Amino acid sequence: MSIKPIAVAALVTAAALAFTGCATNEAGSAGTGTTSGAQTLTGVGASSQKAAQEKWVADFQSKNSSITVNYSPDGSGAGRSAFIAGAAAFAGSDRPLKDEEMGAGKFAGCAADSNALNLPVYISPIAVIYNLEGVTDLALDPATVAGIFAGKITKWNDPAIVATNPGAKLPDTAITAVHRSDDSGTTNNFTDTLNKLAPDVWTEKASDTFPAAFGGEAANGTSGVVQAVTGGTGTIGYADASAAGKLGKASIVVNGKPLQPTAEAAAAILDHSKTVAGRDANDLAYSLDRTSEGVYPAVLVSYAIVCQTYKDPAVGALVKNYVGYLASADGQKAAADAAGSAPLSADLQAKVKTALDSVK
Amino acid sequence: MTAKLTSTPTGAAAAPPRPGPDPKRPGEALFRGLATGAGILILVILALVAGFLLIQGSPALFADPAKLASQGYGEFVSWVLPYVWGTVWAALLALLLAVPIAIGIALFISHYAPRRLAQPLGYLIDLLAAVPSVVFGLWGSLVLAPAMLPLFTTLNTHLGFIPLFAGQVSGTGRTILTAAIVLATMVLPIITSLCREVFLQAPRLHEEAALALGATRWEMVKMAVLPFARPGIIAAVMLGLGRALGETMAVTMLLSGSRNLTFELLTSQNPNTIAAVIAQNFPEAFGLKTNQLIAAGLVLFLITLAVNSVARWIVSRRAQYSGAN
Repeated sequence: MSIKPIAVAALVTAAALAFTGCATNEAGSAGTGTTSGAQTLTGVGASSQKAAQEKWVADFQSKNSSITVNYSPDGSGAGRSAFIAGAAAFAGSDRPLKDEEMGAGKFAGCAADSNALNLPVYISPIAVIYNLEGVTDLALDPATVAGIFAGKITKWNDPAIVATNPGAKLPDTAITAVHRSDDSGTTNNFTDTLNKLAPDVWTEKASDTFPAAFGGEAANGTSGVVQAVTGGTGTIGYADASAAGKLGKASIVVNGKPLQPTAEAAAAILDHSKTVAGRDANDLAYSLDRTSEGVYPAVLVSYAIVCQTYKDPAVGALVKNYVGYLASADGQKAAADAAGSAPLSADLQAKVKTALDSVK
Repeated sequence: MTAKLTSTPTGAAAAPPRPGPDPKRPGEALFRGLATGAGILILVILALVAGFLLIQGSPALFADPAKLASQGYGEFVSWVLPYVWGTVWAALLALLLAVPIAIGIALFISHYAPRRLAQPLGYLIDLLAAVPSVVFGLWGSLVLAPAMLPLFTTLNTHLGFIPLFAGQVSGTGRTILTAAIVLATMVLPIITSLCREVFLQAPRLHEEAALALGATRWEMVKMAVLPFARPGIIAAVMLGLGRALGETMAVTMLLSGSRNLTFELLTSQNPNTIAAVIAQNFPEAFGLKTNQLIAAGLVLFLITLAVNSVARWIVSRRAQYSGAN
């Protein structure tokens, strides 16, 4: 048979092709971003900011027609590593950089003596959504929410739920708690809330992945969770408040007061939280204090991470211009309209502006 | 013209039945080259895919378990095993539901239905294959899952002593049984149309002989059609299995997947499938996590490869006494 040697040769070439193909790919991806022209701004990061960033980019470009802004919502982790590698001029991240990630000279896109700055630009309340026939008003204390999502409270007429809802007709239905099946900053902030407010019940640390040990129902993405809660009976889940639609949003009882996930109650969290100690005065990385009076605790705060001094001053000017717009009153209002986020307080907008003015 | 006509019979008489490339006919050589090239192209594509999976997946395969636990999704084998189970389990359930119905439809079309009904029905079944999987996913999660809830509750209360139906029933119906029903709907047209073609090729003389000997129509099908079609049925089932194993979108959208090994069909805690896990986690994955997901893809590739090889082996083994010869 004369075909055999041909087939072998083909396999060998194929393997060779596979190797070279891979090598060129790697070289290509490392080079992106750094080669982009001064009038193109590249951001990579959190998908939670996606809807807001789309609106921001559209608005910004219509005012500055010579500038192209690309924001790819690849996820917070991808955004941070792209920023560290210098492949993105700024990163969108659902958490600020940790102390060990900070440091002058650690960022390829920044000048050698420059540290990074964490600036909050996007605040979104995370609502506890539920679908229970005959119940339109539900208040839960954090320990109960934690118990439900940890699979310890399994019936709607559990004494813990009855205690905070004396008037409601709670049925003897099983609770189906729906969480995200994909990694997400929403899950991270929600589990952090439960861990901070009910550490006895919620024994797992905050994590992008919902802890597998607690079981429950999984659904893909925010829309998947909302849809699973809507379609089921006796279901409860967590999602961005703006995505809740017609579903009931449970009030969370903090310090004896039930709070709805409103924009004001969510944005108040940064007014009551302190910035991370030991950092530059212009670094606005907050360690969230979720237990303050009148503050809705389950809040996602998403940051723009930028350099103090950029290697390329032209890029620095672009970042100042664009991120400045995000944190402005106009930008925050645009995001609230398009993505249902909670606008930064005027005080915080001023702080972000001061920080950006120092960026070179 | 005349030269060709005279040379052909003598050549055919003298040479073996499969002549090599004839220098006098460039078209023949060209076509032979094209066909060989097409055949080799398949090998090249397969090798490229396997090479990509191997190279991109190997950092996770050979990584230190401790490093994988901190930067990836955890130790590889224990991480991927529940998903392997979920993939195989969902596909098997789907086949269990789809194969009897598919053979029934195919037999109805080929041997029972009047011709005026058979043809449109065949078209309809083929049309089902053209529905995109994302539509099946939407239908499954928006319509089928809530609709299955009462049935699931009934099964659980009355047959809960069987391990399959035990556990706490999911409040949304987004269980592996619902996923299997949707998968079954998706593989149904593939298995049906292949089986129909095979049944139609059953030797007419065998069928007539069976009927002439006094067999009923069902006996005729049993004696003359099914034995002849058996390798074809197996091939069809294996093609359907391949589709069910690799199906991503519908499962991603409608299954409440987790990472555990279980037989329970009605709970919220279903083993997820490899394809769905990759689809759900890839958008936010970076670094070692990406490698680990690609390594999971390699595992799925090996499973489908194994399934296809087993199918080949069964078909070749059965072909000898299928009754076709």
